[in-house]
Amino acid sequence: MYKKICSKYEPTKDNLIHILHEIQDTHPQHYISDEAVEEVSKYLNLPTNHIYGVLTFYSMYSTTPRGKNIIRLCESPPCYIKGSENILRKLKVLLGVETGETSKDGLFTLELSACLGVCGNAPVMMINEDVYGDLTEEKVEEIIEKYRRAQ
Amino acid sequence: MSLKRIDLLICCGSGCVSAGALKIKERFHEVLKEKGMENEINIIETGCMGPCDYGPVMVIYPEGIFYKTVTPEDVSEIVEEHFIKGRPVARLMLSDDERTFSVQKEVPFYQKQIKVALANCGYIDPESLDEYIATGGYEALGTALTEMTPQDVIDVMKAAGLRGRGGGGFPAHIKWQMVHNIQDNEKYIICNGDEGDPGAFMDRSLLEGDPHRILEGMMIAAYAIGASQGFFYIRAEYPLAITRIRDAIEQARGLGLMGKNIFGTDFNFEVEVRTGAGAFVCGEEMALIHSIEGERGNPTPKPPYPATQGLWGKPTVVNNVETLANIPTIMVKGAEWFNTMGTQTSKGTKVFAITGDIRNTGLVEVPMGITLRELIFDVGGGMVGEGKFKAVQLGGPSGGCLTVEHLDVPVDYESLKERGAMMGSGGLIVMNDEKCMVNVAKFFMEFCVEESCGKCSPCRIGLKQMYEILDRITKGQGKEGDIEELQRLGESVKMLSLCGLGQTAPNPVLSTIRYFRDEYESHIRDHSCSTKVCLDLMNFNIDKSRCIGCSLCARKCPTNCITGSREEKYVIHQLECIKCGNCYDVCPVNAIDKIPGMHPEMKEYRAKLQAQKDLDD
Repeated sequence: MYKKICSKYEPTKDNLIHILHEIQDTHPQHYISDEAVEEVSKYLNLPTNHIYGVLTFYSMYSTTPRGKNIIRLCESPPCYIKGSENILRKLKVLLGVETGETSKDGLFTLELSACLGVCGNAPVMMINEDVYGDLTEEKVEEIIEKYRRAQ
Repeated sequence: MSLKRIDLLICCGSGCVSAGALKIKERFHEVLKEKGMENEINIIETGCMGPCDYGPVMVIYPEGIFYKTVTPEDVSEIVEEHFIKGRPVARLMLSDDERTFSVQKEVPFYQKQIKVALANCGYIDPESLDEYIATGGYEALGTALTEMTPQDVIDVMKAAGLRGRGGGGFPAHIKWQMVHNIQDNEKYIICNGDEGDPGAFMDRSLLEGDPHRILEGMMIAAYAIGASQGFFYIRAEYPLAITRIRDAIEQARGLGLMGKNIFGTDFNFEVEVRTGAGAFVCGEEMALIHSIEGERGNPTPKPPYPATQGLWGKPTVVNNVETLANIPTIMVKGAEWFNTMGTQTSKGTKVFAITGDIRNTGLVEVPMGITLRELIFDVGGGMVGEGKFKAVQLGGPSGGCLTVEHLDVPVDYESLKERGAMMGSGGLIVMNDEKCMVNVAKFFMEFCVEESCGKCSPCRIGLKQMYEILDRITKGQGKEGDIEELQRLGESVKMLSLCGLGQTAPNPVLSTIRYFRDEYESHIRDHSCSTKVCLDLMNFNIDKSRCIGCSLCARKCPTNCITGSREEKYVIHQLECIKCGNCYDVCPVNAIDKIPGMHPEMKEYRAKLQAQKDLDD
């Protein structure tokens, strides 16, 4: 599977970030395994330590398995001013997790993001690639419920 | 294509989409189909119109009627009343105490704005190359390629005096000239779309709302410097922007605007999209270049500058999204026209993202030199809610705070810098008097500590130390000399850091000390946070004369630190209180007050602890 992804790109170092993104996005648990790193290392002819170096530098990559849906709550100042702390507390209660953890049912991983760039509608979170703005505690509950029902 | 009598422009910027714009679009399609009116109304999905707070918004032409906070339930009424009977729906229009603004251009939010970079955002369908061309798109590129030499193009930019819109304000033409002058058959142009500043979202809106404009700007720049390969570096948090730019590139290729012999000339150009993966520091140009190369996004010392040794060691120009967005219009309308806007040293317009405790949050474009007062109170509509204006943070975590006394300062690169703030990428976070400036400074510092790449020690260690001092102060453990230490550390970090992140990260702390020193002092000396934000420096207290003894607070208290009875009334035992605020929220008679300052009991307790600790030591 990893070989197939790699082969879509030229075997040059500058494609590393693209390849890692695709591996992570297509993995059901949204992470990059040791096995994947080995494969990429062979394909790009790069030492694995370089790949881990890159992998751990960028906050969006994960080396541990994550949930089906990745929630990224914005913790930037505009969102903070508009009450993102309450939203975070609500999410923790709803999902029964701390920041960075995955819910027991494997459905959600709760993460924080430096800024999602939708500050006009703060507080904001992204679930996978969908943006949810002007969050209130009630709204968060509805959104999470919607994802749970979608199962 | 049939001619339609009404154009319905629905804002589909990320803000409005998050507020449900797509559902409304679907609903319009359904209702119009039911009524058999599909051929009469043209539904166009546009980029960001600006007033994100009122989303979803839409404009209906020919009249230019502006509707705000539309819900799917309103759609039938709009179709029935407005489209069929010709009576616009007044209740969906923006209004203030005195009047209702029916037409978009009457809305105060738009009145002081001049749209150059944002000209097409919210006006055309960003996914349509035809619409971009219909508004004059690619005319500038055509003229440049067929009638001008690369040096002519640089001369126009020099006369226009366009400065980098990403933060530094470095004149664009100087970078271009440097790379133009170097003889090398491999040169690169990079569009910096790694917009990481919290509170800034103009680059996202531009990439999503008018991708061809950025592409055209990039190609003009490429022609001027002699590059035939370009890169868009866009942060991965912006999936829609990435898709839109990729589509725009393919559309341009389909029409022969990309590839070989563009406009029948010798100019060849190819462009690729690269994405980030969540690192604020990659907005710094050297870090960005390393990231494209497939490395960790660490900055490297300058010189050598990218202009001489950039991507893969080749001459490279890195321009911000908004900078590129200005170029096509400057080329068409000329440097003289561009010079009619702005101040002596800062020409043209600037896009600002207004956020925080302000009525009209959103994206605006105003001429440089506008005062903060006009920007915040006229365009931004003033403060929202009861709070009064206290401060505005310009330029995100690299910028500084300005206060009431600076409201008449003109917004340009130099004026802001003199006062300890900076233009930055144009994020404007407005704060009311309920905000604690020490806490705000701590918050920005925390951001910079997390985002520091760790390569150079002043930034990695210095910022962490500053954060720890700020954290102590907000917890009531500040000491005499802390303010001076923060200033000393801040100046050192600024002077010694390798890249722009460290060189500017102390700004929020230094500027809040400069303008709100009394708040720092009261935190340290009086153990009091006047805004009651810092939980260790405030307390909750039940006023017995107002307490009705209902026991609701005691029942809701998670630490069981409220006791009493109907007769005796209730009290909070301060040492166990975790300041969760539940009691304050549930009290039916508002008998609970938030009081600034540490409670005397707590002070005594802490003093005792300290004495014990001293004894042990």
